Amino acid sequence: MNEHLENLKEIRSLMERSSKFLSLSGLSGISAGICALLGAWYAHQKIHIEGLYLLFDPTVRQEVVPLLLADALLVLVGALFFGILFTVRKSRQQGLNVWNSTSKRLLFSMLTPLIAGGVFCLGLLYNGFFWICFPATLVFYGIALVNASKYTVHDTYYLGLGEIILGVVSLFLARWNLIFWAMGFGVLHIIYGTVMYFKYDIDSKKNE
Amino acid sequence: MQILQNFNKAFESKARLGIMSVLMVNDVVSFIVLKDLLSMTDGNLATHLRALEEANYITFKKEFIGRKPSTVYSVTDEGKKAFEDHLNELEKFIKGS
Repeated sequence: MNEHLENLKEIRSLMERSSKFLSLSGLSGISAGICALLGAWYAHQKIHIEGLYLLFDPTVRQEVVPLLLADALLVLVGALFFGILFTVRKSRQQGLNVWNSTSKRLLFSMLTPLIAGGVFCLGLLYNGFFWICFPATLVFYGIALVNASKYTVHDTYYLGLGEIILGVVSLFLARWNLIFWAMGFGVLHIIYGTVMYFKYDIDSKKNE
Repeated sequence: MQILQNFNKAFESKARLGIMSVLMVNDVVSFIVLKDLLSMTDGNLATHLRALEEANYITFKKEFIGRKPSTVYSVTDEGKKAFEDHLNELEKFIKGS
């Protein structure tokens, strides 16, 4: 009797664990974090001149906004490129195609909040609320991660929570916007990636 | 215990129950991932996989992922039905006692 109950518990846990996407590489997180820090450093050079926060000054804003947008786009492309590269590599080590039912589920669960967030930020830009884009990207990205954590390692839940908290707090500390953004997308990603790397990646390499 | 006779012999071991549960919720699962999830040795896992394959409950396919060969397993319709029946029996047994 007890044996059967044990078996059922085991079945339940296996079904749950195996339907998650476990090929996310810690290195993906680290590389995304580095891209974000580089991008934030560049933005810092452009908007923090002599202690002035140019984003609140409508006259100078016209010049820096296109630069910052290009900067953000580069960060996104860089982070995606390295993120995908390391994750594809890890799933190959696991003998899996990276485009499978678990990775699709993960991706689609992130897509809704991310698209909503992207359009939301475009709306903010359109209306001239440039500085709110920093907290907004943090919050929407955090929501996407919390949503997606059901379909991958649970650690992404805490990463998402961290992003949301940083985003919400930085709304009230507008001067420190960029610092918060760099902490969320840069530092948190690097911490998370390092933890993931030592927790899961090293382990799966040993098994080879 | 008369009800025990309805239990499917093919699923008697914990390892086979494990293999079937993983395959039930995934389209395909590679040998490496199965090994990882179930914490089994190559030989042990291969033996159980062969037994399930001989019962026609699972099928396998050899694929190349990049340049590395990989064996991926999936459950057959017959296997799905047999496993569901087995789970129902388990449930009945637990409720009845």
